[in-house]
Amino acid sequence: MKVAFYPGCVSRGGCPELYPATIKVCQKLGIELDELTGAACTGAGVLQEKDRKLGDTLNARTFAMAEKKGLPIMTICSTCQGVMSQAYKRLMDDAKYREEVNALLKEEGLEFKGTVVIKHLLWIMVEDIGVDRVKALLTRQLPDLRIAPFYGCYIVRPSWALGFAEHPDRQHSLEDLIEAVGATVVDYDGKTKCCGLPILLINEKNSVDMVAKHTSTAQHLGANAMVTPCPLCHLNLDGYQPKAAKQSGIGIHMPILHLPQLIGLAMGFSPKEMGMERHIVSTREVEEAIAGRSAVGAGRR
Amino acid sequence: MRVTLDIGRFNPDAPNAKPYRQEFILEVEEYYTVLDSLIYVREYEDPTLAVRCSCRASICGSCAMRVNGHASLGCKTKLISVMDKDGRVRVDPVGNMPRVKDLVWDMKPFWDKIRAVDPFLQPEGPEPEEEYIASPESMLHLVGVMGCIMCGACVSDCTVLEVDENFLGPAALAKAYRFTGDPRDGKTKERLKELNEYSGIWDCTRCMECVQACPKGVAPMERIMALRDKTIAAGIRNTNGARHAEAVSDFVKKSGKLDELRLVPRTYGMFNPMSLNSLFAAIPVGLRALRRGKLPPIIPHKVEGKENLQAVRRIFDKVEGKK
Repeated sequence: MKVAFYPGCVSRGGCPELYPATIKVCQKLGIELDELTGAACTGAGVLQEKDRKLGDTLNARTFAMAEKKGLPIMTICSTCQGVMSQAYKRLMDDAKYREEVNALLKEEGLEFKGTVVIKHLLWIMVEDIGVDRVKALLTRQLPDLRIAPFYGCYIVRPSWALGFAEHPDRQHSLEDLIEAVGATVVDYDGKTKCCGLPILLINEKNSVDMVAKHTSTAQHLGANAMVTPCPLCHLNLDGYQPKAAKQSGIGIHMPILHLPQLIGLAMGFSPKEMGMERHIVSTREVEEAIAGRSAVGAGRR
Repeated sequence: MRVTLDIGRFNPDAPNAKPYRQEFILEVEEYYTVLDSLIYVREYEDPTLAVRCSCRASICGSCAMRVNGHASLGCKTKLISVMDKDGRVRVDPVGNMPRVKDLVWDMKPFWDKIRAVDPFLQPEGPEPEEEYIASPESMLHLVGVMGCIMCGACVSDCTVLEVDENFLGPAALAKAYRFTGDPRDGKTKERLKELNEYSGIWDCTRCMECVQACPKGVAPMERIMALRDKTIAAGIRNTNGARHAEAVSDFVKKSGKLDELRLVPRTYGMFNPMSLNSLFAAIPVGLRALRRGKLPPIIPHKVEGKENLQAVRRIFDKVEGKK
């Protein structure tokens, strides 16, 4: 399939390992990427604090660009996905508002018609490609990994903006993919909670407490890695984990993987190809668990 | 239909009182709500089960509880919509508030925070001879927030309250919005200044839990965002939160993208002596990131194409100019 690729700011900024990992994994998945290089930031919910209409207009512009290409938008960030989904819903629910926003796009010759589909890579893998086909593209299973999912707020709430009624599988899509790579899912309440990043620079103590809570809970339940479809969650859960360990007094060591990294490793890409060396929390144990297994099993590249 | 209710229980009067779980397997009608099934348990299985309810029609707000880990009204939640494939439903008391017994919790912290935002009109000038009149149009935007029934579902699932009990929380902040938005209130600026303080509007992490949990569509987080917008518009900007929002807006206007590197000093405040501490504290994190080649680009990314950059800036000018 071909998609209008919306990489978001962080996949090339604070998490520069995510963008190249995504490109490699999509190639194997047979997803052709037509990047929306002229599209602006979604506003990440922050711009919307100052002016919601401004954010909605920028997103409507991105939607119109994808509609012009006749392609669905693919995101790789829970925040991008959620902010776009919310904007889409507001624009679809209110014809007058849509008209106002479209008037602002007219000068550029763009119009948001409402035909665009906005999908995270996570959903594309589960819904469009299918878990079985993803599984068929893997060269190894990762049975030694016990993985805690971490969704990121905006890809689970509010459920009515995210199409959960029409696509109930979205609610366990991350678990489905963890199982597809042969790993064990570690279930816990924190999987749909907040990583704390939005208030990192505003109330660091609370933000870092959230990191400590989720990573230590996952560790306590025996997880040896956490996987997230949101690079913003990754920034906090990985980048601030050393501080979280210090602040909480708990010895936390929880490698945080981006979703494409997990799939990529199971496809046979090397840790280096997936940019694992860029993580703050070392992923060595995860890599060893994978390597130990594939040295015995077949299919290592 | 058969349902297995897995209820979180607690009896403070029992020797060595400790929370425990108890299962009840019931044969009930398909139209039963979670609350119906709990009343059934109390009537026919175990009269000691404590559950609070009154109207049974999602008006009184008494029966907030966690169903499968998420807060909702027991009377508004059909069993059939929350049963898993084995017919199981998990019921617990709300979170973030002290438990009294079984599914009953102490509302004192909830009311303390509502009281803290002065939830009453404080008009300016002399009292009118009869009632304060407001036009229906001027009150229309408050209809949603006035639908709050004080059930506590939003407070239960607030992720900030989980780590910081001082946070005012979604219910109180939504209530505060209701008064700052009332055309008859004369204390808007004072209210906004107070809400701008520590534990107020900027501590919300925008996780949407309260929006999802609210059974009446109040969308507390949306009100908190509106309060942030109002606060910035009122010129109250000397907070990390306001600087953060302004910085993101400036970066997107300039380049179409976030500039994560400069977001840190801009949020702490360039000319704010207090920010030096925060900036110093951020250095080890920055160095760790640098060592891993993880630091955001020094020269910020831009949207490609001059015409795209101009289009983004034009949108900013048009929308912001209209305000």
